[in-house]
Amino acid sequence: MTLESPHGHIQARRGYSRRRLSNRAMLVLTGLATVLALVPLFWIIGYVVLQGGKYINWTFFTQLPRPPGVAGGGVLNAIEGTVLLVILASIFSIPPGVLAAFYAAYYPNTPLGIAVRFSTDVLSGVPSIIIGLFLYAVVVKTQGHFSALAGGIALAILMLPTIIRTTEEMLKLVPPALREASLALGAPEWKTSLSVVLPAAGNGLITGFLLGLARASGETAPLLFTALGNEYFEFFAQVRSGLASGRDPFTILAKILGQPVDSLPLTLWKYAQQPYPERTQQAWAAALVLMGLVLSTNIAARLWIVFRARRMKG
Amino acid sequence: MNHKSQAALSVFGKFRKRFGRTLRHGDRVWQVLTVGMGIGVLLLILAIGWTLWQDSADARSKFGLSFLLPTLDASWNPVLDSFQAWPFIYGTLITSATAILLALPISMGIGIFLAELCPPWLRLPLGWLLELLAAIPSVVFGLWGMFVFLPAIVEPLGSTLAHTVGSLPLLGAFFAGPIPANGASRLAASLILTIMIIPTISAVTRDVFLAIPRSQREAAFALGATEWETISQVLVPYGLSGILGAVILGLGRALGETMAVTMVIGNSIEGTLSLLRPGYTMSSIIANEFAEAVSPMHSQALIEIGFLLFIITLLLNFVARFLVWRVARRSPQQEVR
Repeated sequence: MTLESPHGHIQARRGYSRRRLSNRAMLVLTGLATVLALVPLFWIIGYVVLQGGKYINWTFFTQLPRPPGVAGGGVLNAIEGTVLLVILASIFSIPPGVLAAFYAAYYPNTPLGIAVRFSTDVLSGVPSIIIGLFLYAVVVKTQGHFSALAGGIALAILMLPTIIRTTEEMLKLVPPALREASLALGAPEWKTSLSVVLPAAGNGLITGFLLGLARASGETAPLLFTALGNEYFEFFAQVRSGLASGRDPFTILAKILGQPVDSLPLTLWKYAQQPYPERTQQAWAAALVLMGLVLSTNIAARLWIVFRARRMKG
Repeated sequence: MNHKSQAALSVFGKFRKRFGRTLRHGDRVWQVLTVGMGIGVLLLILAIGWTLWQDSADARSKFGLSFLLPTLDASWNPVLDSFQAWPFIYGTLITSATAILLALPISMGIGIFLAELCPPWLRLPLGWLLELLAAIPSVVFGLWGMFVFLPAIVEPLGSTLAHTVGSLPLLGAFFAGPIPANGASRLAASLILTIMIIPTISAVTRDVFLAIPRSQREAAFALGATEWETISQVLVPYGLSGILGAVILGLGRALGETMAVTMVIGNSIEGTLSLLRPGYTMSSIIANEFAEAVSPMHSQALIEIGFLLFIITLLLNFVARFLVWRVARRSPQQEVR
């Protein structure tokens, strides 16, 4: 204060205007921080769509890769592999996850209930590459070869926390009266759980599965030492040749699950590091497909929650 | 009814009499299944830790503590079977620490904006956009990083830093140039990690602010505080342990992040401290070398790095969950009183 002021309140007002100024400045800064964080989102989405859109075409979806350095070819192996891995992951994660969630939702304060919720949280924090190492030691090393099975289980472990947590939340939202009514009518608990509570929580559960799927289908690290990658994988060709040589479906399935498969993220990772321009272009196209898949699953899951909440309210 | 089916009925009846009560119409099976799966989740974590511990036994007994100790000329030689993990530990620490330092102010800003300032109709869509940022697969971040982010941002920024901060006495060691022409460096990894952990930290920060009781804000406003003063002098101290938990969760994500980092960090084992030079992190060395490990000792050394990473993230998760849980538990009760 250089000015001598006879009135105290003028000083106070000056202090106040400075405070108001810094208030305004900081509030604007928080808004700017939000905008700043969204810049990479739009930059990535925009760039991948533009770049990937240039190189995407029909053969990309329908053909196997050509040798490096040769133009053309597609990533059919990776697309089929991704689907196969995600199906395996769902089979291995959804039933155990839902069962564990039933326990966590109905006995939240027992020691095991607390332990389940806590270890779910911890499991979601374990780096995905560690899960890859674990599955390598447990499945790949004992089987003696890389396999789709190992990759599917690795992705299942990654999906498990999401599934347990969302299922638990959704089960808690089901009005207890429904469950009690069913129990009072004499239905055993498992029947109540499966045919009353589970359908009532149904839509919410699908949201959880979708979020888990979105996470699993974008993962690369756990597949590096489990599914490994396989440029010659073609599901339908294998089924056809298996049937032609007269093997039964189970043998064919076991053969398919026992071999390495590719997935879109794995392909993207490998292609991005190769010096051939054709492969780089296909990497962008793969990025577009992968991102479209993951983000649309994610958005669909969230929209589902909103519409459901609105319907429940209305 | 013939004799045979009567016999079958009576056998079934005996079975029911004998086991019906124990099974309680199948409820016992249901209980065993749910409890079993609950225990399974717990066992899974123990199994992961135990497997990694077991499979790195030879490396642990051969290299002992020197595997982990800081050194400037670490050897990582699969041919001679001589391994030291310090360059990777350092790479992980420096990239994660830088990422946290950069992400924390931005995420706090976002958390505050979402919880306190933005109009309610904007809150949900903005939260969604942030979650979309978190949902973009790591490899896509890596691809974008390699071909777009490195040449456009990291390389120019790195050379500027090398020319300015790089010549300072003490701090200069961390910004010693030159940055490689393609920009692949620890700085690149730090910046990519910053972008990737912002959604995590800001979402938890937002939830912490939303959990703080209204009465705290009203009391501060009643004393004549401006909005910012309320936030910085009342709400931030109140939610501090929750914010700390958010930081630790973000740190856990940064430590474990693999693909994007591997694609932009340059993958080189150099004995320098500099952020502007290429490096390696614990997860990226595993991703790059494990599938092609040349000797049993090589893969054992990589598994030991994995074990270390597992233990660190486990501890961080314990601390973070505890802190967030404490804030969440404290708030509603105080509101009632």
